Amino acid sequence: MNKARSNPLNTAAMHGALILYTLIALFPVFVIIINSFKTRRAIFREPLALPDAESFSLIGYQTVMKQGDFFLYFQNSLIVTVVSLAFVLLFGAMAAYALSEYKFKGNTLMGLYLALGIMIPIRIGTVAILEMMVATGLVNTLWALIFVYTAQGLPLAVFILSEFMRQVSDDLKNAGRVDGLSEYTIFFRLVLPLVRPAMATVAVFNMIPIWNDLWFPLILAPAEETKTLTLGSQVFIGQFVTDWNAVLSALSMAILPVLVLYVIFSRQLIRGITSGAVK
Amino acid sequence: MTALTLTNVNKSFGTVEVLKDINIEVDEGEFVVFVGPSGCGKSTLLRVIAGLEDVTSGEVRIGGELMNLTPPSKRGIAMVFQSYALYPHLNVRKNMSLALKQEGQSKQVIQERVAKASKMLNLEPYIDRFPSELSGGQRQRVAIGRAIVREPKLFLFDEPLSNLDAALRMNTRLEIANLHQQLDASMIYVTHDQTEAMTLADKIVVLRDGRVEQVGSPMDLYNNPANQFVAGFLGAPSMNFFPASMIGEGANITTGIRPEDLFLSDDGPVTANVTHVEHLGGDTNVIAMMQDHQITARLFGQHQVDAGQAIRFGYSPSRLYRFDPQGTRLE
Repeated sequence: MNKARSNPLNTAAMHGALILYTLIALFPVFVIIINSFKTRRAIFREPLALPDAESFSLIGYQTVMKQGDFFLYFQNSLIVTVVSLAFVLLFGAMAAYALSEYKFKGNTLMGLYLALGIMIPIRIGTVAILEMMVATGLVNTLWALIFVYTAQGLPLAVFILSEFMRQVSDDLKNAGRVDGLSEYTIFFRLVLPLVRPAMATVAVFNMIPIWNDLWFPLILAPAEETKTLTLGSQVFIGQFVTDWNAVLSALSMAILPVLVLYVIFSRQLIRGITSGAVK
Repeated sequence: MTALTLTNVNKSFGTVEVLKDINIEVDEGEFVVFVGPSGCGKSTLLRVIAGLEDVTSGEVRIGGELMNLTPPSKRGIAMVFQSYALYPHLNVRKNMSLALKQEGQSKQVIQERVAKASKMLNLEPYIDRFPSELSGGQRQRVAIGRAIVREPKLFLFDEPLSNLDAALRMNTRLEIANLHQQLDASMIYVTHDQTEAMTLADKIVVLRDGRVEQVGSPMDLYNNPANQFVAGFLGAPSMNFFPASMIGEGANITTGIRPEDLFLSDDGPVTANVTHVEHLGGDTNVIAMMQDHQITARLFGQHQVDAGQAIRFGYSPSRLYRFDPQGTRLE
């Protein structure tokens, strides 16, 4: 154990900083959730007060439920996020394996090309993407969103995963080859399980931006039947009147699935981020 | 019948030539060790034989058949890796049977061979454990077992003992030697450790910078090294080299003498100052400076020699090796 870590003063300072950060990070979430359970008047009179017997109200949730399509939005968001994530992980891992394992002409160039996507935001190409989607008739389908999010997630996924795949022992892959396993079996059965922490990291980094995105749903899939949750919540925000109860309730519910997915990935995520850092 | 024939094998990575014009023959049932310092290309050579790397030019024949383009699993070889390379998600039994399953062997054959191999290697108590629950030595035995069950024409070992501690290394070395006797199979073994090479090999191939320096039986190489590199590489402590002029043997020549061929002698021709003494019990290693050349003498038994004292060594002239400036041995 090193000296700096065992010093109680340092430990206290460290935990103090972390607790402070946790409070700051959780504060907005906390405010959203408490206010979603209050009457409209109470939200404006004392935004930071906890709901009490007088101010408690489920009117927001009732409005959201009455809106009827809320579950459809929810379902759309979930489909888009899960399918996009699956594609990002599958194709990202495959590309990363090819880049890290095989020597071919243009390997480095291909890696750089894929990494470019990290530096150039995909939204710059919105107009072109929209034209493409119109041409292929994908406008107002969930596929439009899935394709765009897959493209958006791939660069970082390839970058992170290829770094991790280089660390998988060559001997193991070669042992598989000598034993007659196909390259696909080696990839799916030997390599993927060993880079699981990195996969979780990539999944979490991609999940939240996809779930929260408003831009592409608004442009590519604004139809009623393809609205995502974030876009659907916008109906409560009007130019002149905003139904804050409903907005806050919708947001509170939108937080839940992300929270669940995060809990699933978090153990692997922590291992992924700290592997190499702690030795 | 030859188990393996390499003819004019060359291998380059880009512009870097790693293997240069290698010609080697391995007879059926022979134990051949490739030895050389790190970076000499010995592991690459093994991977070329296994089919994990393609040759740039030349021929690889296993059991007489041309194998240049044959994938590793179809070459009739089995390989044991330095890092064991066990499949982490499979238990010992499945690790050993995977390759047989891929070959399409019947369940009965698989079971028989796994049982036989695990008995031979004393792996029976661990047969249902996972690699992470085994010690280093046990893992290496599983890796060897995985090779045995395939009953290959040729075994390839890539520094299999490097990750084991010293005591275990010696035991495993003996086990491999026993295994070679029991299986009567052709084996190729790569190591940088000259002790392993000397103790295991029927035939040693010494490599340096991608070239074969010399091929021969261990004692052949020890007694008749073709050049200064082979002379210095085999034997521990390694051979002493110094200019011949220091002992009046002519100019421009390097002389070499093995540490065990030096003996204490009050009127010996070699005078030196002792810098360090290693008492090993059975032997005493005396490290001394002969002017500015360090020499090592291996004296049998225990001797009272102190650091700092002047010492004289004798040797028998027939034990002296001479090398020209290029390092080639002179008769």
